[in-house]
Parts: sequence; structure tokens; C-alpha cells
Amino acid sequence: MRIIGKAALLIAAVLMATACSKKDTPEPDAGKTGAFSIEFDNIAGEETLGFHPREYTNAKGEKFSIKLLYYFISNIKLYKADGSEYTVPQEDSYFLVNGGDRTTRFTKVEAPEGDYTKVSFILGVDAERSKMPVEERKGVLSFNPDEGHEGGGMYWGWNSGYIFFKFEGYCNLISDDQQGDPTGNKQFKYHIGGFGGYSAPTINNIKVITVDLAQAGTAQVREGLRSNVHLFVDIMEVFNGPHTFSIPEHPNVMFSEYSVNIANNFPSMFTHDHTENFVRSEDEL
Amino acid sequence: MKKLLVLGILVGLVFACKKGNDVLPDIFGGFARPANFPEPEYDFSRNPVTEAGFELGKRLFYEPRLSRNNTIACGSCHIQSASFTHHGHDVSHGIDDRLGTRNPMPIVNMAWQREFFWDGGVFDLDLSPINAITSPVEMDETVPNVIRKLREHPDYPALFKKAFGTDEITDARMFMALSQFMLMAVSANSKYDKVMRGEDGAAFTESEQRGYLFFQENCVACHSEPLFTDRSYRNNGIGPNRMNDIGRDSVTLNPQDRYRFKVPSLRNWQYTAPYMHDGRFLTLNRVLEHYRNGMVDSETLDPVFRQPDGSIGIPMTNAEKEDLTAFLQTLNDREFVTNPLFAEPELGGDMIVN
Repeated sequence: MRIIGKAALLIAAVLMATACSKKDTPEPDAGKTGAFSIEFDNIAGEETLGFHPREYTNAKGEKFSIKLLYYFISNIKLYKADGSEYTVPQEDSYFLVNGGDRTTRFTKVEAPEGDYTKVSFILGVDAERSKMPVEERKGVLSFNPDEGHEGGGMYWGWNSGYIFFKFEGYCNLISDDQQGDPTGNKQFKYHIGGFGGYSAPTINNIKVITVDLAQAGTAQVREGLRSNVHLFVDIMEVFNGPHTFSIPEHPNVMFSEYSVNIANNFPSMFTHDHTENFVRSEDEL
Repeated sequence: MKKLLVLGILVGLVFACKKGNDVLPDIFGGFARPANFPEPEYDFSRNPVTEAGFELGKRLFYEPRLSRNNTIACGSCHIQSASFTHHGHDVSHGIDDRLGTRNPMPIVNMAWQREFFWDGGVFDLDLSPINAITSPVEMDETVPNVIRKLREHPDYPALFKKAFGTDEITDARMFMALSQFMLMAVSANSKYDKVMRGEDGAAFTESEQRGYLFFQENCVACHSEPLFTDRSYRNNGIGPNRMNDIGRDSVTLNPQDRYRFKVPSLRNWQYTAPYMHDGRFLTLNRVLEHYRNGMVDSETLDPVFRQPDGSIGIPMTNAEKEDLTAFLQTLNDREFVTNPLFAEPELGGDMIVN
């Protein structure tokens, strides 16, 4: 009995030592790089995100269901506690999140080893890239099959520019006339974009989202491992954000002054839930 | 001697073959700036016009696979004989005969344009085809789908290889080839141009000369030479149409731009009727009468039309109108609208089954 007790103590001590050594991570070497991702976990209020016919209720008490959700994430930056920052090379920093395809929820990039306390990114596409010639619009920014923004149709052909955020669904309160949905399908459509204009200034709905990681877990980037910042993206905030609005009153918002109000709700969609460090495989996430 | 003869025959055969296979090998001269034109706006260093690129662009321009059900090509509404607009249509009918809301603009002298379409919503010629391809009333298709159709087509991989070095078919290459075709659509051989360049002893008649002077005093502020557009957006007092098309305002969301539309070039007007953004005027005479005494006042009416006596429009006597018309006749470029270089390629029974 005593021997078993001693053995148990020993095992416990060994376990603790290993636990400690795991916590006691090696000092970051800025000459090395590791994988870093932000995970865009779409939710609706206090529920997971599901599509039509699953119903949700917004702050105005209006029931709605979701047909599709797409948005661009770009221009990722990481910040350390000492104020230094790392900007991911721009051409590697464009992602399209499709709410209906969980494989698109990560924005995976390489970053120098380090402990990062803050991240920022653009919801949308920066003005500079929006003005670039066609050969500079690669990957998700292209129109090529299987790599571009195919199903999303995230571009306005009549008014050159990317649609940053595309959110469509159904709400039975929507009227059947020109102010609502004349097809009678009770659909709402929010296509939010606008990079500020090419030669004449116009609306700019580019939103830089900054997320502080200090509370829910810093991102420790190390070679051969992956650090994943898990964000909740609450689409309910589209309606319930600082500018609360009614779906039947504004069932279609595209390139218009009103879109500015909706874009102003975007930053409140994002909250940091937790960070997973030293991840060896995406299966762990 | 015998060997030489065989060689000669072989060389002859090679040339014969070449002539047979190549489309119009003699008339492609590349892009050239006419002597009386300014430097182009388009950045040719990114996308130099080559014969293979131009030929691919032409094939694509006349390719109905760009539309959802393979029925509408760019060339369906931009017809060469109409200076690449849709002659006789106030607004164009696209796919399933659906009607648009604006008159298609001519595709002419695109290399000198800074922005495209009546509201200037597209700022790069390479991006302009997206508008037509994705418009539900024009081609109602997606760009990825078009690329997929081209990749599966027996001819296109080889045509892309010829134009760009590899048979990869991408969005950028397709847009650049279409631009190469559109950039080559330079119209600069009207009588006006020949007079300006002093070619072939061309000279204005007395009436044309008087009309030219009237034009310089009254029209040139917007229709500036030699493009006959200053490429600005203006409200010319035609008044809103029934659908209340607000023009440039829809792109800038700036109330100052309400009812402003791109100043169209006057070149080739004889082939491009009807006129204005919604094609409401059928004849040049009606257009001139509008400026003479048909103008509707509004907040954004261009100040150029406000006369010192408080009236609006361009005062003109009947004689002045006649002379002006004579001058405007000199802006038509028959060589351009009949140039075989731009004609739809004969593909010979290329039936599209799906």
C-alpha cells in the first residue's frame, strides 16, 4: 500500500514536471516562422449558424432564416505586447469565408515566431487591391473556376469593386412590392462593399477589425506548430449592432448610403473566444 | 537545278498554306496612335497588343458562349457597321430578349477612355466585360462559367497558347485578349481627321468650315477634339426618363452627379443612332433641336448651357444648324465601320450544342 502510494506520488511528480515543461515553452526565435490562423466560427446570437429553414429572431423580434453568407478577410496583421507588429505579405493575405463550407473558416498564414497579443484584419478588400489590374487579382480575388469567388459572386461588374460581405436570407415580414421582394420569395439581400471610389470619392465600407487576445489567450507562434485564434462571428450583430435595424424596413441593401450603417455594425460581430497554441494538426481544432 | 525547283515549290506551298490558315495576315498592323490623337490612357506595357492576342480577342468578342445559354456575344449588341453599338435600338435586348435600361455605348477609341459606360462605373477596360457577362439582362452568366466553357472548347486552349505562351485559360488572360481587340478599334479616318492631318489634300467645304467654327464656339467645351468627348459626366438637360435613371449618382452616391452621364463622342454618329443614354432621340436633327430649344432645367444642369440672358440651351439659327450638320458629317469614318479587320470571323458551321 505504501509502495503503491509512493509510486503514485512519483508518477504524479513526473506528470507535473512534463506539464510544466509544456507550459514552459521555448523562447520564440524571430528568425523562424510558424503557422498562424484565425478561425472564423460563424454563429447567430447564442446559437450555432444554420441555414434555411432554421429560424432565428433578431432584436426587433423579427424571425428570419439564412440562405447564404460570404465575406472577404484580408490584410492580416499581428501585434506583440511590446508594440511591434508583423504584416502578412499582402498577396498571401486574401481569404473568402463561406458560411456554408466549414473548410473555408481558417485564414492560415506564416508568421515569425512570437507571442502575439493582438491581431487585426480587414473585413473586405483594401482600396489599393481593388484598383489593381486584373493580373494582380489572384486566388479568391480572381474569377477563375475552383479558386475564385465563384459561388459567392463577390463582385459588382457595373460598378467595379468587390462585395465585402454578402448575406442573404428570408423573412416573412418582407412585402411583395418593389420596396420588398417583388418575386414574392420574401428574401433579404445585404451586399455590402464600397472601397471609397476610383476617381470620384464615394462610400468606404472597408472595416479594420482589431481583436485583443490578452484576455482569452495570446497567440504563441512556433516553428512546426500552429497557433489558431478562434473567433466567434455573430451574424445577429448585422441587425443588432450599434445601428439596430428592421429587416422588412431595409430588406435590400447594396451599394447605397444606407450600407454604411450596416458596415458600422461589422466590428461588433467579432469576439475572441479562445486560442489554441502548439497545434500539430488541423484535426485538433 | 532540280533541287532548287523542289525547294521553290516547297516554299511556295508553305506560303500558300500560311495564307490559307492565317486570318487576314496582311492587314493587322498593331496598335498605332493616330498623329492627331493624344497619348492613350490604357497601359499597353501591361498588355501589349499582338496579332495572336488580337485574334483571340476577336474570337471572344464574337463568342456567344460568354452568355448563359450561348446565344449572346459582345458582338450581338456592339455591331461593327453601327460603330460597335446597337443601331436602331433605344436600349439593347440581351439574353431571352430582356431589355436593358441604357443605350449601348460604341466601342471606339477605347484606348483613350479613362472610365467606361454611361455612368463611368468601370475604371479599367479589362474589367468592362464583367459588366456585360454578369448583367441579368445582357449575358446573365458568371465569369468562372465562361472560363470553364472555354477550357472545354477544342479551339481555345491552342488560341490562348498562341496569344500568351501557354494554354492556360484564366480570367486575366481572357480580359486582356478582349481588351486587345477593343483597343484596336481605333476610328481616326474621318474626313475631319484627314483635314486635320493634311492628308490626300482633304479640305472642309465652306459650309463645313463655318460649321466647324460654330462647333468650336458652342460645342467643344464638352465634345472636345480630337476624341469629341472630354470624358466628363454632365447633365445635358434631357430630363429624367420614366425609370428615373440618375446616371453617375448611382456610382458615386453624390447628389451633385444626379442625372449626369458620360459625354459621348460624336464620332461616327451617323452609324450610332439612336442618341442619348436611353436612346430617346432618333435623329441628329432631334438632338440639335434639343440643344436649341428643348432643354429641361434642373439643379444639376450643366452650367455651360446657361446663357447670360437667363435662357438655357445653345442658340442657333437655321443656317448655323445647317453648317453645323455639314461639319458633323465629316466625323463619320466609313473605313472604320467597314474594316474587315474587325469583322466577325467565319468559323464555318460551328454549331453550339450546349
